Amino acid sequence: MKAVRIERVVQETPDVTTLYFPGVGGARPGQYLMVWLPGVDEIPMSLSTISDPSSISVRVVGDATRALSKLKKGDKIGLRGPFGNGYTIKGKQPFLVGGGSGIASLTPLAEELVAKEAKPTFLIGARSKDQLVFKERLSKLGLHLVISTDDGSEGFHGYASNYAGELMAEGGYDQVYICGPELMAAKIWVEADRLGLPVEASLERLCKCAVGLCGSCAIGPYRVCRDGPIFDSAKLREVAADFGKRRMDASGRMIRVDH
Amino acid sequence: MVGLTGKGLAVEIAGLRLRSPTLNASGVLGMSAPLLKRVYDSGAGAVVTKSLGPAARPGHINPTVVEVEGGILNAMGLPNPGVEGYLEELRDLKHEGVTVVASFFASTVEEFKVGAEALCGAGADALELNLSCPNVGGEPGMCAADAVSVERITAAVKQVAKSPVFVKLSPNVTDIASIAVAAEHGGANAITAVNTLKAMAIDADFRCPVLTNVTGGLSGSALKPVALRCVWEIAEAVKVPIIGCGGIINWRDAVEYMLAGASAVEIGTGVMYEGFEVYGKVNAGIERYLEENDFGSVKEIVGLAHRK
Repeated sequence: MKAVRIERVVQETPDVTTLYFPGVGGARPGQYLMVWLPGVDEIPMSLSTISDPSSISVRVVGDATRALSKLKKGDKIGLRGPFGNGYTIKGKQPFLVGGGSGIASLTPLAEELVAKEAKPTFLIGARSKDQLVFKERLSKLGLHLVISTDDGSEGFHGYASNYAGELMAEGGYDQVYICGPELMAAKIWVEADRLGLPVEASLERLCKCAVGLCGSCAIGPYRVCRDGPIFDSAKLREVAADFGKRRMDASGRMIRVDH
Repeated sequence: MVGLTGKGLAVEIAGLRLRSPTLNASGVLGMSAPLLKRVYDSGAGAVVTKSLGPAARPGHINPTVVEVEGGILNAMGLPNPGVEGYLEELRDLKHEGVTVVASFFASTVEEFKVGAEALCGAGADALELNLSCPNVGGEPGMCAADAVSVERITAAVKQVAKSPVFVKLSPNVTDIASIAVAAEHGGANAITAVNTLKAMAIDADFRCPVLTNVTGGLSGSALKPVALRCVWEIAEAVKVPIIGCGGIINWRDAVEYMLAGASAVEIGTGVMYEGFEVYGKVNAGIERYLEENDFGSVKEIVGLAHRK
């Protein structure tokens, strides 16, 4: 456990806040930190910047994320990590799909792909145009940025999964990366796999220990905290009965995946 | 494959034959059948479920785990889907041919009996009574410091259990040998020693305890000398087999436990350092040790260090 001070706070969208802190060092795109706010909770957060300063981008979904979103410059948070396997850098014409705050975890990957002279296409999707995270940061990268909004306020009018399906069907991609709401991610995975495209998707389950012991983040024979959070096509096939369908609650009972 | 080539690795505990002397410690990787199947496929002789209670419980709020020198502290708070909620996982494991030890706990003698019957009914090859979780304050079933209660609960479970009963003890007691004797009087078929050691961590920057539960249980290498001493003392006091647990990371740790009197070992925190491969690696190391020192089986080294 290491305490760090927040150096800068950026309100990205009405419900997403980026917290910058001294670089964690040695992190890869797709890895995550366990972020502790004493008296509240400790939750897994993907790194939205892996260099120095590093950052996490917090979308308000519950008590812990609400408390994190209210932090100011100079406030302290506790960090463990970085943990997890991270994305592997593959493909000359990769296709990235980020939904909502899932865009944040894919952004360091997009930067690294561009640095490695790949020509990525990045589809960022959100409910409405004011919820598109990192649009400016990504538009400066020199990649092919495409946008979808559920309400049609910007870009493609409809779900990111539908637009992703259309773009993948047009061809030209050699690798697909997905991060976002599980139902969206599972739909895109199925379509990509049908088209024979290799996939890496970032998965989410209830994460407690983060060191591969407690089993609360199990999906099939894998631990999202340690074997993941990034799952490739082979592993996604193995967890097909669960991905986009069911997950364990805090007590270990199976419940439906509903978003 | 996974260090299971030699016949010398097989052990028998209370009539239950295990293909190797390594198991996972309860609470580690035991939430679901697929993870436990992977533990078994990694070389474990049997797998131990998450401790199951009379009803589902979500456990404590994070932080539930913190790294310390030589190990970790955890205060998960016994998250589990309840005995009934886990029977499907248990049946899945039995369907896959896995040897399963069902760990469970309860608050009353009657609940202990109900749990034991249900778990045996679903095919548990053995039961492990968890009387020793340090992280659920005031739970009446967590009575491992009270010899009278340990004997009474063990005896009650033995009345209904169709499978061997292991009793898992706590190192947080003055005289662990006397508790082990009480379990043996109650009819325990084996003793698992030990659960985690009550401990805590405070963060100097935040000036507060790290774990939400304030205190937690220490596991990993830092626990080993304490747990090894517990196994030694228990071995001097009882005749039933002992399953050693506490800071076993490599084969040398496991062999030391066997020399102290353990017939098998449970490995938990070792998975954090070595991954699932820890079970196969420890098996292979034990096998090599037996061969190099002209022993034919694990049984031949159990308790050897006690000989004058």
